[in-house]
Amino acid sequence: MDMFLQLLVTGIMVGGLYGLVALGLVIVYKSSRVLNLAHGGFLMILSYVAWQFAEPWGLPMWLSIVLVMGIAVVLGYGVERIILRPLTGQPILATIIVTLAMFEALEGIQTLGWAGLTQGYHNFIPSTAIALGPVFIEQHYLWSFVVAIVLFLAFLAFFRYSRHGLAMQIVSEDHQVARSLGIDVRTVFAQTWVIALIIAAIAGILYGALHVIDVENANIGLIKALPVVLLGGLESLPGALVGGIIVGIAEIVGAGYIDPLVGGGSADIIPLTLMLLILLIKPYGLFGWVRIERI
Amino acid sequence: MRPAGTFDVSYAEDMAIVRTRLQWILVALVVAFIIALPNFSGLYWLNVITLMGITLIAVFGLHITTGLCGQINLGQSAFMAVGAYTSAILTNALGAEWFLVVLPLAGINAGIVGTIFGAPSLKVKEFYLAMATMAAQFIIVYLLIHSDEFLGTTLFGGPNGLGVPPANIFGFFEFGTDFKMYYLVMALVMIMGLLALNMTRTRVGRAFVAIRDNDLAAEVMGINLFYYKLLSFFIGCFFAGIAGALWAHYFYYIQPEQFTLHNSVWYLGMLVVGGMGSVLGTVFGTVFITLLDALAYNVAPFISAALPYLPQNITYVVGIILFAIVVIVFLIYEPRGLAHRWRIFKASYRLWPYAY
Repeated sequence: MDMFLQLLVTGIMVGGLYGLVALGLVIVYKSSRVLNLAHGGFLMILSYVAWQFAEPWGLPMWLSIVLVMGIAVVLGYGVERIILRPLTGQPILATIIVTLAMFEALEGIQTLGWAGLTQGYHNFIPSTAIALGPVFIEQHYLWSFVVAIVLFLAFLAFFRYSRHGLAMQIVSEDHQVARSLGIDVRTVFAQTWVIALIIAAIAGILYGALHVIDVENANIGLIKALPVVLLGGLESLPGALVGGIIVGIAEIVGAGYIDPLVGGGSADIIPLTLMLLILLIKPYGLFGWVRIERI
Repeated sequence: MRPAGTFDVSYAEDMAIVRTRLQWILVALVVAFIIALPNFSGLYWLNVITLMGITLIAVFGLHITTGLCGQINLGQSAFMAVGAYTSAILTNALGAEWFLVVLPLAGINAGIVGTIFGAPSLKVKEFYLAMATMAAQFIIVYLLIHSDEFLGTTLFGGPNGLGVPPANIFGFFEFGTDFKMYYLVMALVMIMGLLALNMTRTRVGRAFVAIRDNDLAAEVMGINLFYYKLLSFFIGCFFAGIAGALWAHYFYYIQPEQFTLHNSVWYLGMLVVGGMGSVLGTVFGTVFITLLDALAYNVAPFISAALPYLPQNITYVVGIILFAIVVIVFLIYEPRGLAHRWRIFKASYRLWPYAY
């Protein structure tokens, strides 16, 4: 029972982070109907940039994080302006392939800049564990969970109460309505990309602190975040958090019990299996919009 | 589009794939070139072109699933793995001389696995389907790596992979060298290419195109979506299985890590650069990207020498970044691919010196 509780708590902690990664996917998808398969690639590259600032160049961690966010803003705006905007109105396959090509390019850039080496943030978050009754929580997990939740609530509030956030909500409902209300849809696209990449930067740094900074981190945008958005529904912001926590629990608890039987690695595969099941049973997720098509 | 005054006067003419004398000459030249190539290309280019042929078969499959039927498949490389493992295990068990029997079985097995993972296409499409096939990519490779624990058998070799005997035709002829393998691959490329080409002109192919253009409208017209969507996955993955089997018998050794998402993305990229829905475009795209990669391979040492502060393994990086740039540029500026450029060129050639 203690083992189950331990796994459950760890699962929730990891799930909060997955929810944060998925949030970056959802806000871009909601506004521009582009599923950013390169999200994990951006996450990975930005975590390396943060490492570059913090470790070899010796800047304080807070300054590195601020600088990385600045880079994320420029990168997000640039990617939207140069690559995604010309593709507006193209078939969906085009955006899928273009984001996959970006994913490949980002992996290439990682090899170019950091030679594919695995790195880690030192002295960022202390790694001692905190006892909570029978359960031990590593401070890494706790911090990433708390930051993820706070950010999540901040973004939810942003979308609900701020002028820009509300504009994004309208754009996600209907582009024509948004235009007739005087909202520049293209500016909103750019803003969502910028926000998504800021989220990717934060999630990347947290994930790097939790595990290591590695090229393989790019895959969490695919094999972890996609099951999360699918479970929560592609259009739902709270769904990303709920889905993230469910996937986190399923992964950690499942892996805790299955790994001893199969010799490890099942954490990578449980979310995907879950995803296939959701696709077959309830493809639009818990809170997604059921698509009604007319000819 | 054909120029005015050119008519078909018999059904045979109407159905012909090669129509004019010029086309016959071109076909003969291409075939002669393919047959003669190993005599003057070095071993390096022979290997590049053999691999290109294997890739081409897999991309033909993708052309049918994605290009014709519009069902996105991000797991083509994993389905190749299924074909490769089927062929490897069967030839190891039965003996390499049964290669000609094993080859279609490898295709069929890959087709069945592809159909299973394509099943979500009945309920979902677009992004959702991309996710399902991507899950197939990761799950199949994972199962192959962990086959020892999951399936309780060492048949698949786990992470170490399997050795594969050279292909052999009933004990009479062994494809034991790169030279012989080249001809086997090219022969199969032609057969599979012809199959893919004819697919467009059959009832099945037209049903695929109708589903791609609008699946609801296709259903209203009486096309059985359940049957045809799964059929498109079966046929596309059948091609992948054949390609995988050739891959296995070409390298004599297979391993789960050879079949990555990276490869699947490249196959899709080749399809896009060539032009969706055209066999000729598929060939153009595959040749173009393969040559680009070979160029990157040959240029990278010079870049490394010129910029010594870059990391050593720059070959891979140059190829991958060049690929990404080419795919993105094509999607933005010529989404209909090289095939469309070729059509424009042909039209202007026919009409020359007039504008239209």
